[in-house]
Amino acid sequence: MTDTTETFAPGTHPDLPPPLGSRGIVKWMRENLFSSATNTVLTLLGAYLIYLAVPAFLDWFILDAVFDAGSRNECWERAGGACWSVVVVRFDQLMYGFYPEELRWRVDLAFLLLFVALAPVLFDKVPGRRYLAIFSIVYPVIAFFLLWGGMGLEPVESAKFGGFMLTVLIGVSGIIASLPLGIVLALGRRSELIVLRVVCICFIEFIRGVPLITLLFIASTLLNYFLPPGSNFDLLLRVLIMVTLFAAAYLAEVIRGGLQAIPKGQFEAAMSMGMSYWKMMGLIVLPQAMKISIPGIVNTFIGLYKDTTLVVIIGLLDPLGLSQSILADSKWQGLSTEIYIFIAIFFFLSCFSMSRYSIYLENKLHRGHKR
Amino acid sequence: MSEAAAHAVPQSQADKLAVQMVGVHKWYGQFHVLKDINLAVEAGERIVICGPSGSGKSTLIRCINRLEEHQRGQIIVDGIELTNDVRKVDEIRREVGMVFQHFNLFPHLTVLENCTLAPIWVKKTPKAEAEEIGMKYLARVKIPEQANKYPGQLSGGQQQRVAIARSLCMNPNIMLFDEPTSALDPEMISEVLDVMVGLAESGMTMLCVTHEMGFARRVANRVIFMDGGEIIEQNNPEEFFNNPQSDRTKLFLSQILHN
Repeated sequence: MTDTTETFAPGTHPDLPPPLGSRGIVKWMRENLFSSATNTVLTLLGAYLIYLAVPAFLDWFILDAVFDAGSRNECWERAGGACWSVVVVRFDQLMYGFYPEELRWRVDLAFLLLFVALAPVLFDKVPGRRYLAIFSIVYPVIAFFLLWGGMGLEPVESAKFGGFMLTVLIGVSGIIASLPLGIVLALGRRSELIVLRVVCICFIEFIRGVPLITLLFIASTLLNYFLPPGSNFDLLLRVLIMVTLFAAAYLAEVIRGGLQAIPKGQFEAAMSMGMSYWKMMGLIVLPQAMKISIPGIVNTFIGLYKDTTLVVIIGLLDPLGLSQSILADSKWQGLSTEIYIFIAIFFFLSCFSMSRYSIYLENKLHRGHKR
Repeated sequence: MSEAAAHAVPQSQADKLAVQMVGVHKWYGQFHVLKDINLAVEAGERIVICGPSGSGKSTLIRCINRLEEHQRGQIIVDGIELTNDVRKVDEIRREVGMVFQHFNLFPHLTVLENCTLAPIWVKKTPKAEAEEIGMKYLARVKIPEQANKYPGQLSGGQQQRVAIARSLCMNPNIMLFDEPTSALDPEMISEVLDVMVGLAESGMTMLCVTHEMGFARRVANRVIFMDGGEIIEQNNPEEFFNNPQSDRTKLFLSQILHN
């Protein structure tokens, strides 16, 4: 056509830019939205559905919503949208459960300090990372005393814990405790020591083969038969242990997958330089295996975090448990949509953050090597 | 006939020996991969091992740093006998460097970190000193400017040179090379061989499994031909190439030299 076909002497052909038709937004739309008659119809239909749904949802969600009514009926008299008032009025309860009101600053403080403690673990460009890391190590002790009291602080029973505070507590403790246990189990399952290997396999297969709810029931009821009478083993602590063991079994298998992806040559190179088993694992194999396993590990963490809602079955009052009692209140009956949406938003924000962090970590650890 | 004389080492010489293998056998399951290997390597000797694929040559040198276990016979490296004692094995591995066919660099560490890792963690060398040594050997293999890159960013030839530098950083007495050039693109082979020639000239004890016969002619004191798990023939390169004794050696040489 109009293309000027230049000719170059052999060996002198320069790099040319791609032709105009193969880049830009028009080309993208033509290829992805209007590539055929069917696709064009589907695109237009989709646009029409969005036009129908989005404004109606926005009306309900924000524009016609009521935030400051005293009861459900008042909401409905004022507008036809969502009645967020129930969330506003019961916000504190959804956050803290029945934690004594005058002591809730301790929960807030523990929550704030959690971020300070996590920063040096999650990011390597935090100023003063070394000193902060010391804080990260002692943080669990601080958090324990802040939440349960002791050391001069007024004690609070764990039966009073509830709401999102309980979700975060079980979720974060489970995540932090299950990762090292999962690594040990994964290494144990690949160990050459038969006894160790068999123990790890039995543990992993048993825990994975049983639903989490069963384990929680064991924690809440069955354990009482085995413990000496009169011993007071905190229910929340038992739940934490079960959640940790459950996640660790899954993590072990995820990490084992990562370990198996490490070429034999890496082990041989490490051994040929006289490294001991632990140095080889700690310096060469695990850093690479963990990197490969990041998506699976975060997947397990997100699963664990959402599974914390199951504790409602053994009587702990997580947000879903509290929502039952809120909905039973005659003033707010029938507003389940609003409460469940609120809880869903909270879970989505937590889990989406974890997912984004895992992508950040994968990019950061990318070393431009091909496997 | 000639090989029977070659491995009869007088006792007075034994303490000078870098590697001594006496009646070594090894099996992979039912497969008898090494058969009665007797080999004595003097300090400073440069040995090239060749032979058809599956002849046991890689297994032989991997037995020297116990990446493979032998089931019968005796292997003594630098005066230390290889047994199940883990401490002795680690001791030997610190003395013996190894370069692999597929480089086996650590992809999550920079080139310099690859070189300093083992000195710091195994030999307890202070970090600054280890880095100085690392840079010295990277300069010796002619890639000091790549020190802060990751292995995945280098060409195959460069990676193999890093692997050699990494081994040298442990200051080994003996270097083992397991087909160091056979995974390389043709134009990169010579840069690796040049480094190995330089190493040979510095007096390093070397055992190389390789098919680079030009290299063998240039630096080897002795060429060993293996087939079917046995040492078939060994001689100095001149005699080995010009006057091979066994039919299998002649066949092998004709195959690799005329393709």
